Formats: sequence, C-alpha cells, structure tokens
Amino acid sequence: MVPHHRFSARRLTNMAQKVPPQGERQTETMRVKRGLAEMLKGGVIMDVVNAEQAKIAEDAGAVAVMALERVPADIRSDGGVARMSDPAMIEQIQATVTIPVMAKVRIGHFVEAQILEALEVDYIDESEVLTPADEAHHIDKFAYGVPFVCGATNLGEACRRVSEGAALIRSKGEAGTGNVVEAVRHLRSIIGDIRKIGQADRAELFEWAKRLQAPLPLIEEIADTGRFPVPIFCAGGLATPADAALAMQLGAESVFVGSGIFKSSDPSPRARAIVEATTNYMNPEILVKVSRNLGTPMTGIGMDDIDVHLADRGW
Amino acid sequence: MPRIGVLALQGAFQRHIDALSCLGAHPIPVRLPGDLAHVDGLVLPGGESTTMSLLLGTSGLAQPISAFIADGLPIFGTCAGMILLAAEVLDGRPDQMQLATLDFSVRRNGYGRQLASFEADVTAPILGIGDTNPFRAIFIRAPKVENVGDGIEVLARLDHDPVLIRSGPVMASAFHPELTPDLRLHRCFLASL
Repeated sequence: MVPHHRFSARRLTNMAQKVPPQGERQTETMRVKRGLAEMLKGGVIMDVVNAEQAKIAEDAGAVAVMALERVPADIRSDGGVARMSDPAMIEQIQATVTIPVMAKVRIGHFVEAQILEALEVDYIDESEVLTPADEAHHIDKFAYGVPFVCGATNLGEACRRVSEGAALIRSKGEAGTGNVVEAVRHLRSIIGDIRKIGQADRAELFEWAKRLQAPLPLIEEIADTGRFPVPIFCAGGLATPADAALAMQLGAESVFVGSGIFKSSDPSPRARAIVEATTNYMNPEILVKVSRNLGTPMTGIGMDDIDVHLADRGW
Repeated sequence: MPRIGVLALQGAFQRHIDALSCLGAHPIPVRLPGDLAHVDGLVLPGGESTTMSLLLGTSGLAQPISAFIADGLPIFGTCAGMILLAAEVLDGRPDQMQLATLDFSVRRNGYGRQLASFEADVTAPILGIGDTNPFRAIFIRAPKVENVGDGIEVLARLDHDPVLIRSGPVMASAFHPELTPDLRLHRCFLASL
C-alpha cells in the first residue's frame, strides 16, 4: 500500500506550480510533462512487442516506442484479458533504444501505473486497448511523476482526462482494425469542437461545458486561447503513409501506429515511409514517393465486422 | 523583417515559429532544401535527434544546412538542435548526422530519462539575464554539455554544466526557450542578425 500523503504532496506541487528558490531544480511539473509531448510532435510513435521490433522502429525514425504485450490486432483476435506488459520486456526495450519508451496500463489500474513509474518509463498510456480494471474511475494522474497519455473519442472525454492530469491526448480511433474511419471521426469531433468553442460567446461556454461533461475552466481556456491545453495526437487504425498524412491534415500533431506496421508484409520500409509522410503531410509528391512499393498493408476489418469496440471503453 | 528558417522535420518547431512571429520576424518552416532560399538565419528546434538525423538525410537538407552554417549565418539550436551542432556526441548513434563540428562535446539524454526532466532558473549575465530576472529554463531529456573548447563562449551554466553556449553567430541551449513565454533568448538571436 502506498501511503496517501505521497500522492497528496505530488498533487500539490503539480497543481500549484510553486516557483522554488533560484537554482533549484523542479521535476514533474505539468510544463515538464507536457514538454516531452511537445518534443514528440510531427512524429510517429510505434507499437512494439519486443526489443527487436523496438530497434526496427528506432532505425526507421520513430520518435518513441509503445511497449505492449500484443499488438491490438492480436488482442482483438486472441480475446482474453489484456494487461500491462512484463517488466522484463520493457527493460529489454529500454536497454535497446535511446528514444523514449512508453507503456500501457489498464484504465483505472493505478498499481500497474506505479510499476511503470518504478521502471522509469517515459510516458504511461492509460489505454482502452487493454481490458479496463475499473468501470467508473480513471487513474488520478497528478499522483505520478511520469506523464500520462489518454485516449478520447470527443472533446468532453479529452477534457475529463486532462482534468485528471493527462499531459497528452490521443484520439482513440479503433485500434487493431487497420481502418482509419474511427480515427477520422474522433479527430473531426475533437478538433471541430475546439474550433466551435473558439467562436462561442461567453454564455454559450456554460452550455458547452454541460453538453461535453467537461470542467468549465478548461472550456474557458480553450475559448481564450483557441487551442487545447495539451497536444493532441491521433491513434487507432492507421496503416499507410496516406493515413498518417490524413490525420496530420485533420489537425493531429503526431500519430501512433500500432498493428499497422508489424502486421504488414514488410514492416521496416513501411515504418520509414510513415515517418516521412508524417513530416511531409502537405506534400503529395513526397507522399507518392514514399507510398510506392511498400508491399501488403495489414488486411484490416470493417466496423460492422467487429464485436468489441475498444473506443467505447473510458468514462 | 528578417526571414528565419525553422527546421520543421519533427519536434517543437511550431513553438519556435510562434515565438519568432511574436517578435515580428518572418518564420519559414524548412522541410526541403528549397525552403532555405533567402533565409537570414536558422533555428534548429528540439525533438528526437535520431528521427531528425534520419530525416535530414532523406530530405537532402543535411548538406545545404552544413554549408549554410559554414558560411557564417546565424543559427540557434535548442536541445536536439544543440546536439546536431556538436563536434562530439556521446551516447549517440554511430550513424547520427551532424550539421557542424563546433568545439564541444555533448551527451545525449545526459540528465536521464523523463522522470529526471526538470525546470530551473538560469542566469546569463552577458545577455543581461541576472539573478533578479533569471530565465526559467525547461530541460526535457536534455543533452549535457561535457566539454567546451577555447572558441566556445559559455553564456549560462547550471551548477557547473554549460547550458547556453555561443560560438560566433551560432548559439545553442540544452533547454527549451520556446516552451515558456519568455522571449529574451529569441530576441537575442534576432539581434545577432
């Protein structure tokens, strides 16, 4: 049992952003947590299940790797309970690559998060791709020094995750399908509502907060600044360079690619092509060049053919 | 209005673009060699140096940027951008692309993993940033400068490590001035044009 005061102390430092005496180093602030997300912008975060794949991802130009036990396509086909990865596997990946290493915990499973923090992973993904541990509560993410990324299908969900301490949001899409349609739906919903709130008058903000079930101060911040307080990346179903460029043109600031790389016929060139497409997402000539001769992408499945919609997990 | 190229292959380039726009400069995102035409200075932002290194190769930008630096045009490199300028990179990849060989050595992720990332006040008296008005510096998995040669001017240190250095028209920081609203270092860079 972790003593409660540890959480309270962390929480105060994170929320109050006290300025310490000069020269003193302050770790784990929201600025430091969001700062790493800023560094990952315009990049590709790749799902990997072992050190060998992590090396391929790093060599292909990934900005970070996401360590998990099975890629979402396999979680989907195998069924059963999907959990945090074996620490030994995460340690092997950390020993193999120099780029940031992220790992997933089940929604609400704050002990898996304590374990990942003790392993000093660089980002924790509280992810709907794993089987939820709690059907009402997400993790209190202010209690940790490691920053968190969380999925969202709409702006309300994104705001609720930020109010719990998430330093990065990714649109959920539908992981393990190789089908970009849900990612597009979620991104359009999130980015579209940010645009609309930017145009709303003061009285309308109360109604936005109510409709989105989001804290009013966050809605007010979006209205004042015209942008979301943390970066927004895209995940779930991206399989080609064109998919990555589509997400970027729709307003995502980086992309997560899961099954799309290591479930394709030739992962390494595809990974490199998706990296180049993410940088040059506005340049069709380069998109032509990098899309050529990549072999077979993952097969993919239609939304009507899946039994479990992972994106529905999260509250 | 000075035209400032901002290397936009990956990383925190948009924050630099915002800072430069605030100061009345004309920022230009640089993704291909053609984008370098007519720029008066160049910012190399933070991000993942392995990713940037790879994209410098595929974009064909490595050679023209190296030439640009050799011609003596003003450069501001932050974090990963600082690494690209060093003569020696410790804990880097063997195939890491370098854009210059300024006389300092730097250790990638020298301060540790993300849990060790931090913010702290730094002072740079030569730039008028003193104890009464320090710069709040954000270090994210930052590179650590381990040795500097005679030609390198150390503008700021944290404890004993150089964190802001200058060599003629090239300035480099281990931290991220683009992540705070304090624009003094960007102003200082623009003043050097």
